[in-house]
Amino acid sequence: MVVGMTLETFLQQLINGLSIGSLYALIAIGYTMVYGILRLINFAHGDIFMMAAYFTYFGIAVFFLPWYVTFFITIVLTILLGVGIERFAYRPLRDAPKTSLLISAIGVSFLLENLATYLFSGKPQAFPNFPLMTNPINFGSLTVQPVSILIPIVTFFIMIGLLFLINHTKVGMAMRAVSVDYDTAKLMGIKINGVISSTFAIGSGLAAVGAILWCMKYPSVLPLMGVVIGLKCFIAAVIGGIGNVKGAVLGGLILGFSEVLMVAFFPALTGYRDAVAFIILIIILLFLPNGLLGKKQVEKV
Amino acid sequence: MKKMLVLLLSLALVVPMVAGCSGSSTTAEDSDVIKIGVFEPLTGANAAGGELEVDGIELANQLRPEVLGKKVELVVADNKSDKAEATTAAARLIEKDKVVAVLGSWGSSLSIAAGDVVKTNEVPAVALSATNPQVTAGNDYYFRVCFLDPFQGTVMANYASKNLNAKKVAIIQEVSNDYSVGLAKFFTDAFVKLTGDPNAIVATGNYNTGDQDFTGILTNIKATNPDVIFAPGNYTESALIIKQARALGITAPFIGGDTWETNEFITVGGADVEGAVMSTFFDDTNPLTEAGKTFVAEYKKAYPDRENIPAVTALGYDGYMMTLDAIERAGSADPKAIRDALAATVDFEGATGMITIDANGDAQKTEAIIKVVKDGKFTYLDSVTVQ
Repeated sequence: MVVGMTLETFLQQLINGLSIGSLYALIAIGYTMVYGILRLINFAHGDIFMMAAYFTYFGIAVFFLPWYVTFFITIVLTILLGVGIERFAYRPLRDAPKTSLLISAIGVSFLLENLATYLFSGKPQAFPNFPLMTNPINFGSLTVQPVSILIPIVTFFIMIGLLFLINHTKVGMAMRAVSVDYDTAKLMGIKINGVISSTFAIGSGLAAVGAILWCMKYPSVLPLMGVVIGLKCFIAAVIGGIGNVKGAVLGGLILGFSEVLMVAFFPALTGYRDAVAFIILIIILLFLPNGLLGKKQVEKV
Repeated sequence: MKKMLVLLLSLALVVPMVAGCSGSSTTAEDSDVIKIGVFEPLTGANAAGGELEVDGIELANQLRPEVLGKKVELVVADNKSDKAEATTAAARLIEKDKVVAVLGSWGSSLSIAAGDVVKTNEVPAVALSATNPQVTAGNDYYFRVCFLDPFQGTVMANYASKNLNAKKVAIIQEVSNDYSVGLAKFFTDAFVKLTGDPNAIVATGNYNTGDQDFTGILTNIKATNPDVIFAPGNYTESALIIKQARALGITAPFIGGDTWETNEFITVGGADVEGAVMSTFFDDTNPLTEAGKTFVAEYKKAYPDRENIPAVTALGYDGYMMTLDAIERAGSADPKAIRDALAATVDFEGATGMITIDANGDAQKTEAIIKVVKDGKFTYLDSVTVQ
C-alpha cells in the first residue's frame, strides 16, 4: 500500500501527526481533569473550545484589538465561561445522581451550540491570519508552518506545568485528595467548591489556548466546530486513561499519529479517518478498560 | 391536589396543540394564499450556500408576489446541512405547512435526501443548484433549473487539459457528499478520455464534511507532484484545503465546481485562493437573456453594497419564477397540476438562460461559465458551450 513513500513524505506526515495530536492533547486535558475530580464527562468542553475560537475571532477581526490583548481576553473570558457553567449548571446538581449531571452537561452543550448559531450565524467566519505563524518555512524539502512546531512545544510546557501544579502545590494536593475521595476530602476541611472551580478554570483555559492554536492552523470558525473535536479529544482522554493528565497527552498524540499515518499508508481509506478514533477506542476499552495509564478502579458500594 | 396539578399541566400542554392543529388546517384551506416551501441549509456547513439561494428566491418573490390573483407566501425550512434533518424538514413543509411546491436545496445530497418525501406526497420540487444526476433520476416530482455534473465534469476536464495543459491530476473529494463524489467521477471519466492515459489521475484524497485537517492527504498528493488539483466540495473545506496545500509548499493550481462561488470561500481562503478556477452557472457582467438583465438590475437595487452576484442566487430567482409560471399555466394551485405544468416547461426565459425541461426533469443547458478568483473577487474567465 505504501505508494513510493519517500523519507521526506514520511517525515512530513510525522510533523502533521505531531501537531494535530498535540492539539487533541491540549483539549483532552480539560476532559480528563474534570473527570478526575467530579467523575463527570463534561460534554460542554468542546463547545467551550468553540466559544474561545469566537472570542478570539471577535477580538481581532471585529474589534481590531492587538493579538496579545485578544489572547489574554479570550483566555479570561473562556475561564469565566467554564467556571460559570460549573457554578450554574453543575454545582446545583452536585448531590443529584451522576446521570442528572451528565444530562445537564449535554444540555449546556446544546445551549452553547444553538446560542452560537443564533448569535454568530451558521456561516463560517474566517479566522484572522498570523503571517509569522502561518507562512511556511522550508527545511530542505520539508515545508512546515511555524505554528505546527509551536503547538507541540506549548503542549509540552503546559503538561509539565500542570504536573508540577498537581504534584507539588497545595491546590494540586487538594485536587488529588478530592479525586481520591470526595467526601473524606470535604471532611478534612478542603474547600471543595474552590478546588472544583480551579479545575474548571484550568480546563477551560487550556481549551482557550487550544482554540487559539487550532484556529491559527485551521482558520475557520463555526458554531458546530466543537462537536467532532470534542468527541475526539474525549476519546483521546479515555485512551490515555481518563483522570490522568499524562494519559490525556499520550492519548491525544496516539490519536493524532494514527489518523495521519493511516492517511499516509492507506490513502484509499482516508474517508474513514474519523472511524480510526473509534476503532482505537474500542480496542483499548476491550483490553485495557481503564486506558493506557489509568489506574484500576474499584467501584465503591 | 397533586393529581389536579398534573391534570391541569397536561391540559395546558394539550390545548394549544389542538388549537395549533385547527389553526394550521384553516390556513391550509385559506384560498387567498399559495404557499411555496423554501428548503435550504441555513445553519451548518452549507449555510452560506443556502442563504445565497434564499436571497434569489426572496428577490423574485418581491418582484412577483402574486399568481392566479392570490398572494404567494414563502415558508422557509432549515435542513441544517444534514441529510437526516433534510428529510424531516421537507416532510414538515409538505405535511404541516401544506406547501404546493418546494424550492431547493443547495447541495445535491440534501436534495436527494428529500426525494422520496416529495415523490410519495406528490408535491413537485425544483432543485436550484443541485447538479448531481440522482436528484431528478427516477423521480417524477423533482425538477431542476441548473446543468448537471456530467456536463460540469467535462467542462472542467477540458479546462484542465486544454487551458492548463495538465497531464497528471490529483483529486480531493468530499466522500460524504454525493455532489463531490459524482463530479469527481465525471471529471475523471472525461479527463482520462481526453488524455488517453488511464493513469492520468495520480492521486485521490477523501475527506468528510466538517473536517479541518487535510495535511495528511495533501502530503500524499504533494509526493505525486500533480499538474492540477481538482477539488470539488463544500466551500469552507475547499478553502482550508487550498490554504493548507500552499502551507505545505504545493504550487499546483486548484480547480473546482460551482459550490465554491460563495463569499466564505474567499474570506476563509484569503490570498491563498487567488487563481482558483471553477465552473458556474451565470455571469452577472454578461447576462444572456432579458430576464437576466432585469434580475441583475433588481439585485443591484436590492443590495447596492454587494459587488458580485453569485450564480446560485440567479438560480434561486429562476426556480421561483419558473414555478410561478407553471402555476399560472396549470391554472390551479394543485400540486399535481403544477407538476405537470413544470414537466411541460418549454423555452422559459430565466435569468441564467432559456430553460426547457426534458424527460428526466432536468433543464437542458449547454453553457457553463468559468470564473477565477482575482483580487478577492470571482471574475469571469471564459464561457464554454458543449452540445
